[in-house]
Amino acid sequence: MAVGLSHYLTVSAILFTLGIFGIFLNRKNLIVILMSIELMLLAVNINFVAFSSFLGDLVGQIFTMIVLTVAAAEAAIGLAIVVVFYRARRSIAVEDINELKG
Amino acid sequence: MIAATLAFYLFAALAVVGAINVIFQRNPVHSVLWLIFTFFNAAGLFVLLGAEFVAMILVIVYVGAVAVLFLFVVMMLDINIAVIRQGFLKYMWAGLLVGGILLAELITVFAAWKMSDSAEMLRAAPAPDPNAMSNTEAIGQILYTDYVYLFQASGIILLVAMIGSIVLTHRTRTGVRKQVISEQNARRPIDTLEVVKVESGKGLQ
Repeated sequence: MAVGLSHYLTVSAILFTLGIFGIFLNRKNLIVILMSIELMLLAVNINFVAFSSFLGDLVGQIFTMIVLTVAAAEAAIGLAIVVVFYRARRSIAVEDINELKG
Repeated sequence: MIAATLAFYLFAALAVVGAINVIFQRNPVHSVLWLIFTFFNAAGLFVLLGAEFVAMILVIVYVGAVAVLFLFVVMMLDINIAVIRQGFLKYMWAGLLVGGILLAELITVFAAWKMSDSAEMLRAAPAPDPNAMSNTEAIGQILYTDYVYLFQASGIILLVAMIGSIVLTHRTRTGVRKQVISEQNARRPIDTLEVVKVESGKGLQ
């Protein structure tokens, strides 16, 4: 059985769902939530590259690189915020982040 | 052909196993290591798809920079692992519900999905024959011409992220003696020295 586009899309759907699941599960640890977001972005990248490859259009791979850039920037800023928050509160649990009462 | 199929199933299964371990590991350090594992397998999938450049970027940028950044931060913070597991089951059902709905939606989309006949015509940058031109060269030829503004915008995003994280985490310490070179250079003898004529027998008042 040859590997088609839908195989890659299935893998990416499973990874995306696991990322969502991880956000719900790890409410006590902000860093694992950031890692789950990275997983979801990876799933999106797999989708982009799979469509790019099967359609024969290189723009998908260009956009994958932009997604990678934004993901790296997001990880850097997010981790900086985590570090600053940990200095102030000595905790990285989500329920402690209620300063804005939102 | 059979080798490529086997490689796909191997990489896909290992990527999913890695992702499951990322979210279920007790220790955040282990989570980061499993995340690195997942990225390596995703890079393998990219190589199978013929996107070698993106695969290598994934390994270098993600494993080399982002995952190591995660490791640094995890090890810098003193996290109590026992507390982390509290309320795990409480959120499990909500997560299963939302994840299940999302997965069902995605499966519905993929099952009833069909590529349009005119899709081939609508390609913005048709990929060249892989035997004639390598993937890296083909990407370079359109990244620095058609998409140069996008490329520069991503550079600006990285610059803003760099400045932002430096500004966020920088703190000025009090009680630290620091050398201020401009003040040292601005000192003149006239500000600090005083020449006093001392008369003999009287001393300095």
